[in-house]
Amino acid sequence: MRLEYFEMIDRVVRLDRAAGRIEALAQVPDASPVFEGHFPGHPLVPGVLLTETMAQASGYLVLAHLGFAQMPFLMAVDKARFRSFVGPGARLEISASLEHDGSGYAVTKAAIRHEGKALCDAELRFRTMPFPDGLDAPMRERARRIGLMDEAGGILAGDPS
Amino acid sequence: MSTQTATFDRVADIISDTADIPRDKITPESHAIDDLGIDSLAFLDIAFAVDKAFGIKLPLERWTQEVNEGKVPAEEYFVLKNLCARIDALVAEKAAKA
Repeated sequence: MRLEYFEMIDRVVRLDRAAGRIEALAQVPDASPVFEGHFPGHPLVPGVLLTETMAQASGYLVLAHLGFAQMPFLMAVDKARFRSFVGPGARLEISASLEHDGSGYAVTKAAIRHEGKALCDAELRFRTMPFPDGLDAPMRERARRIGLMDEAGGILAGDPS
Repeated sequence: MSTQTATFDRVADIISDTADIPRDKITPESHAIDDLGIDSLAFLDIAFAVDKAFGIKLPLERWTQEVNEGKVPAEEYFVLKNLCARIDALVAEKAAKA
């Protein structure tokens, strides 16, 4: 995880496009300016960043589901629950499943586990729309870097590899 | 109760719950945007609830495109009696395919 750059997902470990499910890993850094404020002397990963982590895993799932034809943007967070605390150095296991593929939107359920225990979960909704100019290539590159393209088997539309 | 009335009642309940609009303000003649003040985010909430309740997929992207291109007046999709008629058609279409 590069918290300051909002790069939350380190690696996609499993993608099942038919079942609409993704699993990913994220290693919380040992040190980050985020921990200087949240909280002084008692570092904890903020709930908003755990939400972002669930949203990014869900976003990659939606991207794969749509074959990179459209970009998902987070539009709603429902039923978010933060069940435990997590701090520097934690290894997070993120999962997300596609609950509904609507016209112009998608709904996922996502969760994060840490050391086998439920850390947080939420229902997330995304607006899906054409990629804004210049965003398609960087998103593909980022997806490639975290192994999404490997897990998708190189069958994503427009993927030159 | 006719199918049309039953559909309207379900849709009106969904709109009331989702967008926090008093149920008695919602009529078949209501325009979702002009009369009820539903914004695009709230309309997607409603679409999700309608999709789930009726087991369909409202073709919002196609509707939006048709309205934006001036091919179809917005009333055709956003006045509730028209929306309900389209929901009934989508339900019938799905049943015919099953």
